[in-house]
Amino acid sequence: MADYKLVGKNFTPPDIIAKVTGTAKYSEDFQAEGMLHAKMALSPMPHARVRNIDTSAALKMKGVVAIITPDDVPQFPPPVDPILYREPVYAGAPIVAVAAESEEIAAAAVEAIKIDLEQLDHVVDPLDSLYPGGPNAFSGGNVANIKLPLQTVKWTARDFASYDEGKMPLGKPAEQWHYGDLDAGFAKAKVIIERSFETAGTSHHSMETRSNMAYWQNGKCYVHGSTQSQSFVVPQIARMLGIKPDELVYIAEYCGGGFGSKGNAYPLVVISGHLSKKANGRPVMLRVSREEEYANGSGRAGFQGWAKIGFAENGRITALDVFVVQDNGPNIGFWDFRNVGDAAQVVYQPEAMRWRGTAVLTNTPPRGPQRGPGENQTAMTFEPMLDEAARQLGIDRLEIRRINAPDNDGFQGEDAKGQLTSAYLKDALAKGGELFNWEEKKKLSGQRNGHKVIGVGIGSAFHAGGSNGFDGIVRILPDGKLYVHTGVGNLGTYSYASTARVPAEVLGYNWDNVVIVRGRSDNHLPWMIGQFGSNTTYTATRGNYVAAVDAKNKLLQLAATTLGGTADDYELKNEKVVHKTDASKSISFADAAKKAIELGGKYSGKELPPDINPLTKASAVALAGSGLLGVAKDKLPKRGLVPALVAGFCMIELDRETGQFEIKEYLGVTDCGTVVHPDGLRAQIFGGSMMGFGLATTERIVYDHQLGLPANVQFDQAKPQTYLDMPKVFNWAAVDRPDRDNPVGAKGIGEPIMGAAAAALINAIADALGGKYFHRTPVVRDMIVNALAERPQSYKPLQANTM
Amino acid sequence: MMIKDVIPGFELYRPATIADAVALLDQHKADVWKMAGGNDSLSWFKDRIKRPKVVVDLTGIAAMRGVKETADGIEIGALTTISDVEKNPIINKNYKLLAEAAAKVASPQIRNTGTIGGNVSQDARCWYYRSGLPCYRAGGNTCFSDTPEGENREHAIFDANRCVAVTQSDMAPTMIALDAKMVIHNAKGERVVNAEDFFVGPKIDIRRLTQLQPEDLLVAIRIPKEWAGARFYFEKVTDRLTWDFALVNVAAALKTDANGAVANSRIALGGVAATPRRCGVAEQTIKGQKVDQSLAELAGKSETRGAHPLNYNAFKVPLLASLVMRAVRDAQA
Repeated sequence: MADYKLVGKNFTPPDIIAKVTGTAKYSEDFQAEGMLHAKMALSPMPHARVRNIDTSAALKMKGVVAIITPDDVPQFPPPVDPILYREPVYAGAPIVAVAAESEEIAAAAVEAIKIDLEQLDHVVDPLDSLYPGGPNAFSGGNVANIKLPLQTVKWTARDFASYDEGKMPLGKPAEQWHYGDLDAGFAKAKVIIERSFETAGTSHHSMETRSNMAYWQNGKCYVHGSTQSQSFVVPQIARMLGIKPDELVYIAEYCGGGFGSKGNAYPLVVISGHLSKKANGRPVMLRVSREEEYANGSGRAGFQGWAKIGFAENGRITALDVFVVQDNGPNIGFWDFRNVGDAAQVVYQPEAMRWRGTAVLTNTPPRGPQRGPGENQTAMTFEPMLDEAARQLGIDRLEIRRINAPDNDGFQGEDAKGQLTSAYLKDALAKGGELFNWEEKKKLSGQRNGHKVIGVGIGSAFHAGGSNGFDGIVRILPDGKLYVHTGVGNLGTYSYASTARVPAEVLGYNWDNVVIVRGRSDNHLPWMIGQFGSNTTYTATRGNYVAAVDAKNKLLQLAATTLGGTADDYELKNEKVVHKTDASKSISFADAAKKAIELGGKYSGKELPPDINPLTKASAVALAGSGLLGVAKDKLPKRGLVPALVAGFCMIELDRETGQFEIKEYLGVTDCGTVVHPDGLRAQIFGGSMMGFGLATTERIVYDHQLGLPANVQFDQAKPQTYLDMPKVFNWAAVDRPDRDNPVGAKGIGEPIMGAAAAALINAIADALGGKYFHRTPVVRDMIVNALAERPQSYKPLQANTM
Repeated sequence: MMIKDVIPGFELYRPATIADAVALLDQHKADVWKMAGGNDSLSWFKDRIKRPKVVVDLTGIAAMRGVKETADGIEIGALTTISDVEKNPIINKNYKLLAEAAAKVASPQIRNTGTIGGNVSQDARCWYYRSGLPCYRAGGNTCFSDTPEGENREHAIFDANRCVAVTQSDMAPTMIALDAKMVIHNAKGERVVNAEDFFVGPKIDIRRLTQLQPEDLLVAIRIPKEWAGARFYFEKVTDRLTWDFALVNVAAALKTDANGAVANSRIALGGVAATPRRCGVAEQTIKGQKVDQSLAELAGKSETRGAHPLNYNAFKVPLLASLVMRAVRDAQA
């Protein structure tokens, strides 16, 4: 498949018109007859124990129909996020939910509920919790993560001996790995850069809050939710509702932004379902407010850490040592801290390396993966250190990245022996260098124009860009059309649509004759990984490809069976199966579909492959007999990690009198394998880069440490970048070299776009300041103003969740 | 239990005349809330923190809208939108300072609905106050921001008095710089107050940022002719370049004499105190002088004396010096 008709070409994804005309229905837009409205009672305290809940007054109110407390919902072992909290561990944690005839009544009922809370010690800084005798954010412990059991860990006073001087304490890590000879690597280094650092946590602030509506009908729970993923969340939501997956109909046609926070199911999505159950199945709408979203809508983990990198004279990294303490929020969180090791290793290929880390609970919003979780903090931490080394070594900043970048022979993994499916970061850097005109631009570095000064910077970043082993279902029906059933979800990247073009490509379909079937589980969708982790383009092209190849093989065999000869005698042409040498022998796809129904067996899906997922099987069984079915599990070869890689180039003009700067030009260059959908890639590069600029300079979670209450709970306080903040010169490009282990050569790319942009901007700011590196993100206005005025900074080094 | 969503019910009045509005305000006094563009009002209501029994929606009062020339300058109806201030030809010709500041307010959508009266009367943005904590400004007896660990980056460096909140209005400093007169109606009649007296700090009233009482209606703003066509400067430093409140902003009007020296000036800073802070020392320093870089720097520095930074806002000291310096140096006709 080299000369593509669809892959790599622009098209209009089918949901775009609904979105731009406002006809797209998100969870909150659904109405059902007799629908009740829900509101939640939230904890006003950062950490407390519920002693008693008195709902009697609320239940007496006219129009109050159902109230649920923690006793009414399934319980999971800590530190898994509870649905309703018996021990609220952050301000804004839901304790009780009410369904009433109107929102006004529900809200008044919430105010009438008496919850007796015993306030417990709280902590918003991981290092405060690790200090001897420091408070635990949860009664069961202070260290936990996915696959890191809940436990109590305190470091020693000796570990903190140099904390006041801004040096990161390096106590006992929860996990570690290393390879190579670290000491020898540092010994032979010409320059060693050693820094303590901090990266702030950031909210996801999805534009669509996680509102949901649910009702019960004939033993099934129908849930309208906002998730990035479709099939992947079905078993998770069912578990949180306490039902079997086949008792759930999950509808999620559109998602107004998730950025990782809606990749998996989350507790709020089942509140309406539980209330509805208590209200005898009446529909219940839970409309989630912006402030509720800031408390419950997830956030990126913050880091406090230390890193040491040794560089040879030519800039090659001889040794890299890193220690990360992750602010995990109060619950299970996500493994950002582990991704630091992976990202640093893939992007810099250190000759020797050690990673150490731990994840500490705090009474701040529950955290989850946010676009490049860990990888993008890594880019913002290490990329400035590369620039510092380049300055000391007198090496060009592009060159120091090129010399360390992986290529197809690159390695990964804790033993440094894992393979990469493809890596063209060197090409991305080279292409970016040319398009951005780095050789000329770097001469502008530090150039003054009155009180303004130019700064330029480069950033590179990584995220894994693909998975495997999931399923695909395609159908050709008697109407002759191709129905691509996709289970990936509709995050807003349009990759659900671009990956659906692969089966059309395989079968030679005219795109107008392709229907994408998606959006609700009773549309009979295949098992597919969630739309997260930059993996969809890679993973879903594979699943869709194998299903299409299965359909293709069945078409050829069906023609041979029907018209004589063998399958090899036939080919697909213009939506017909045609004999290669005798054109009189042909059957249209429409007729083939009818024939498949007649023949039954594998052709119509009455016989199914044994290795497909039970969810795929259930869907295929429901679809069997309707036409010609292609159904298969992806067993295509994959030699190792799929690296999505990006190089970003940024030029700013900074006003030395006010600290304000303007991004004059930005260029993002991706290594995403074959470009499947250029318009989609452009949108990803623009949107992801904007998120990166916010991560680098304006966004952060801030808490009053004494009160344990959040400062930034509205868009105007939390400050994500807006459309009007877009750089006037905003360019994008792709290496466009195929991945070796994807049938169309494609890889995902969504996440590292953000990290590269964030790092490039931070480096451009440091460049404009004449080499002033903060080792703290975001780099906010007051830090730049104080640096320019040569005044002390107000923040305390290493203090988390602060201004 | 905590819930910060769903607007509680209230009686809504939509008067069509100033007289009717004033009568309603007088009738309901302490229970009444005046709403213009609604950008801030609805947030307070939705958070269930401000719970008025009566809301008077002013947007139906046509007489409070628009810009007109008068014998002594212009009069801007309090309901004139920020966008209309930004685009008005008379303002752009004679009082461009107002248009420049208006262009920097919030976002295009908010400028289209937000009014100049609402902007100058806007409440404090202190996040502690906004989160519903029972602080001084909310009628309580403490300040949650001015504590050993208070997260007070946006707060006051001047004239704090128990409360450390600041004005973050972009139009307020322009009112001082243009010596605006605020026209206020109530049941007793009309009073016209100088902008400098209109804005009040916590020492005078810890619950309000202006002298407007519940029964008072800001009807119009008069800009005297005296400063028409002067050299102006407005600048706002923010975290995000668009749709953000000022960390510090500055508005200035300067007049030059025949010799090129500063004949007179009015300079005001926002974001440093509860009221826009008139820069009297800087004005004196440059009066009668020809402006050069060193004079501008001196003017800027002269305004930093007496600043008392809190935990996180020391950056406002060099920043305000820079902004006053730039206003003196870069004001344009």
